[in-house]
Amino acid sequence: MANQDVQYPPGFWGWLNKRMPVQKFLREQLLEYYAPKNFNVWYFFGSLALLVLVMQLFTGIFLTMFYKVGDASAFDSVEYIMREVDYGWLIRYLHTTGASAFFIVVYLHMYRALMYGSYKAPRELLWLFGMFIYLALMAEAFMGYVLPWGNMSYWAAQVIINLFSTIPVIGPGLVEWIRGDYGVADATVDRFFALHVVAIPLVLLLLVALHLVALRQVGSNNPEGIEIKGNLDADGKPLDGIPFHPYYTVKDVFGIGVFLTLFAIVAFFVPTFGNLFMEEANFEPANPLSTPEPIAPSWYFTPYYAILRAVPNQRLGALLLLIAVLAFFFLPWLDRSPVKSVRYRGALFRGFLAIFTVSFLSLMYLGLKPATGAYVTAARVAAIGYFSFFLLMPWYSRVDRTKPVPQRLRSHA
Amino acid sequence: MTDAVVTGEHSEVDKGRRKFLTVATSATAAAGAVFAITPFIASWEPSERARAMGAPVTVDLSKLDVGQMVTYVWRRQPIYIFKRSPQMVASLPTHDGRLKDPQSKESEQPAYARNERRSRRVDIAVLIATCTHLGCLPKQHFDAGDAVLGTDWPGGFLCPCHGSRFDMAGRVFNGSPASTNLRIPPYSFINENTLLIGQDESGAQGAG
Repeated sequence: MANQDVQYPPGFWGWLNKRMPVQKFLREQLLEYYAPKNFNVWYFFGSLALLVLVMQLFTGIFLTMFYKVGDASAFDSVEYIMREVDYGWLIRYLHTTGASAFFIVVYLHMYRALMYGSYKAPRELLWLFGMFIYLALMAEAFMGYVLPWGNMSYWAAQVIINLFSTIPVIGPGLVEWIRGDYGVADATVDRFFALHVVAIPLVLLLLVALHLVALRQVGSNNPEGIEIKGNLDADGKPLDGIPFHPYYTVKDVFGIGVFLTLFAIVAFFVPTFGNLFMEEANFEPANPLSTPEPIAPSWYFTPYYAILRAVPNQRLGALLLLIAVLAFFFLPWLDRSPVKSVRYRGALFRGFLAIFTVSFLSLMYLGLKPATGAYVTAARVAAIGYFSFFLLMPWYSRVDRTKPVPQRLRSHA
Repeated sequence: MTDAVVTGEHSEVDKGRRKFLTVATSATAAAGAVFAITPFIASWEPSERARAMGAPVTVDLSKLDVGQMVTYVWRRQPIYIFKRSPQMVASLPTHDGRLKDPQSKESEQPAYARNERRSRRVDIAVLIATCTHLGCLPKQHFDAGDAVLGTDWPGGFLCPCHGSRFDMAGRVFNGSPASTNLRIPPYSFINENTLLIGQDESGAQGAG
């Protein structure tokens, strides 16, 4: 590929670029990568997710230097980090706060895609890679939650692994295989450690790379849902696009500044965030003879947990939980609307998006509450709202009265 | 060496042969991959040590009074052992209509415990304490008409995680997320006051 006629500048920079296309890569990815000019606040969360990933890797590496895996040593080593390692408390709080922050930015990032139709053609594959990142992130968060070997860790492992026992025929054997014992035990925490610190982070990094490659191929969507590649100037540059650098690099740096300020406030002053980011019951060691009461998963899993509990049948409950997660994968093909952005959709889509939003947030709240009486009834109503957004989408997105979409992005005031 | 390529019919690619070789090589490699992954999959099974620690457990019943419950651990699973009064046992058939599986047809238990009171001996009940829903420990609510569970509560267990309810024989009530009764391990009585969990006449150690 290297052109023999290209003149490289003298010195180290030329020497380097003759051997590796550093400058070419930076120019193509930053200066010549045009993004729509109308990104709003919802477009901060992609770069923030990448930042949190890097922060989790960094703090995680330091935690593994002091953490001792095993059912006899895990809890004590976490207390050791908290009390005796210099700034160990800070490193751990940054990691636990990072876990919740990861889900906050990922949920907002996904919601942006729902609003502006970013999952629609030609971005189906981009969306699917994103969803696989979400799945890997859920596995990563769950296994990380088990490692401190507190009582919530133990019972979360017990409940989540038992979900697999509902699979017909192979279920019971599969559960024993996952745990490596007749109950959640030393073998379980050991393998979760290996998966949490090596296997899943590698998968996550690979998926993030694929997500970015797919993004560069199709380009970003925008709040108007108009393809900027449809309007090019004489040089072939999008008329409604601006170079990623310096415009969006500067914008993202500002977003990172705001995010890190909020992040630091939580990590320093309210790391447990009212029992939501870290649960009290997990500050006592795992006890196989005592289920903590009340028991609730981390806040980012509660919508699915509420659906699971709302169903008075074990197998059906687990199946609905699975469908609730996997439904997102099918969005590009469920949505039959000719327009992308909610700004040009009709009342039907807006209504169902509102129902979904309220249902998801309600389920998130109800999953933190006991599974009794009115809470269960409310969870059933919210679950119906949640699933109707997906199941009825082929119908309402087709018959919805959409507005005409302009050719160009609206100019800024 | 290169003659055949330069001249004659051999220069043409035999696509059928190439396809056969490609498929055959891929199939062999796939079979090899299955063999290669097997030890790694198998390494996740309970180890020899875990299996050895699953040996039967002896329980002394001499100090267990009526209405009392003790918890033992067998194979990392808490086992509830409790003594029921004759009145408790007599009341069991009266709420069959409120149960999902009153005859324990869908539930897991040894043949000798597949009766209405789900036990070998009339008074002593032995249950695997992990809820058949998702494995939490149902809490003891033995008093009939318990404050939490209402006046028509006949006595039994309530799971704190997802609200499953079981009676004094571990049978699940309608409206619970759990679908089957609490499981029962294999067990036997060595004498009047000694219970052996994990072993019976069949020698089986099932109910894993």
